[in-house]
Amino acid sequence: EDVDSQKTAFLLRKAWTLYSVTPLYRFHRGRLRDYARLLSAFIAAEKQKGLAVEVGAELDIKVAVSSLADLRGSEQDHAAVLVQLSSRSRASSRNSEDNLVWSGWFCSVYGDDLSENVPEDFTCLPLFLTHGAESYTSLVGSWFQKTFDCCFRRLGISPLNLSWMVAMWAGCELDRAVSAVELVFSVPRLSQPLDISYAIHPEDAKALWDTVQKTPGEITQEEVDVFMDCLYAHFHRHFKIHLSAARLVKISTAIASAHSDGIIKILHSQYLPGVLMLLTELAISQIQ
Amino acid sequence: HLATSLPLPSERDHLRPRIDLIVFMIDIKSKYSLKNVEASLAYVDASFFLGKVCFVVTGVGRVNACSIETNAICKLGEAYCSPVLFCELELEGIRVATAQRLLRMLQVCAGHVPGVSALSFVSLMRNSDND
Repeated sequence: EDVDSQKTAFLLRKAWTLYSVTPLYRFHRGRLRDYARLLSAFIAAEKQKGLAVEVGAELDIKVAVSSLADLRGSEQDHAAVLVQLSSRSRASSRNSEDNLVWSGWFCSVYGDDLSENVPEDFTCLPLFLTHGAESYTSLVGSWFQKTFDCCFRRLGISPLNLSWMVAMWAGCELDRAVSAVELVFSVPRLSQPLDISYAIHPEDAKALWDTVQKTPGEITQEEVDVFMDCLYAHFHRHFKIHLSAARLVKISTAIASAHSDGIIKILHSQYLPGVLMLLTELAISQIQ
Repeated sequence: HLATSLPLPSERDHLRPRIDLIVFMIDIKSKYSLKNVEASLAYVDASFFLGKVCFVVTGVGRVNACSIETNAICKLGEAYCSPVLFCELELEGIRVATAQRLLRMLQVCAGHVPGVSALSFVSLMRNSDND
């Protein structure tokens, strides 16, 4: 369970786009180098066809596929798999630095619900997170889909799930909570889009959650509802606006921030497994 | 007759025809709509809950826009012994089908269907509970 903070530091403070992935057919952990080579060839071929990417036609894309042994929840989970695309300009010297242009990683943290029910040949890594140009994401995605017969789908986060996240994370113990708890709402049916940002001092938010939560370590839907209702009531008292009629689109806490389009940023390594466990659960419910 | 909340304004009581069916609309994207319905239920006379009340939940097509747990709505339906219809107004087919269902329910509640009364809805709800 102990996640080596050195190895996973690169995961923090980056905005990751979320996808759910169906189980991979005949994925072999021992063949990661082969997969890197095949993916590299695929990307080069797509480039030749003129189907890829950016103006930098001078750039060779190098692919690295590695395993993150510590990034998992239970023993049943497969270790996370990291795919990195780097570029090196052909024009520059052989010793020049590789420039990381895109990264994506598959993971499963306590994904037992899914892995228990699939046949032997399938590897369950239901959560896929990407950082980098969308064009690379679709290249990597199509190669995986063709090779392992899997299916990628954007993983959106509903307002219901966002309110779970803000209640859970605002209530977490932190040495110093430096950033405010922020909720962003989008107001529907207006001629011009209007966003309302509601920022709360992290200590106030934690104090509120502590009065609501009855059993430490357990959270119920009722408790989340009471927490959110208190926030809505407070806002209504001051501004006469019913936030409950607006749509919650983004939440931000000192632990992590999440956007309903399916974008997450994890800020604290201590809570990385907890956040990933929740996201794994969301990915699995989208697959099933 | 359409209203954004209950109670209805008392000024027009004497002009209002008999009410045969009350349909409460809940937008699954708006927590506020659920709270509004819950507050309005308090103003409904108990006799209506013998088959003359129905809940319609809209916006269910977009899973990612849910602000209300469906469980909570089903519990509301159970608590008030009234049916809950789920629909998506943006899709014409479902919109039309839901309107037809409501119209048929209204016909029963108004006594236009011989042999069937609003009480049948209540006994239907009971039966599915016992399953």
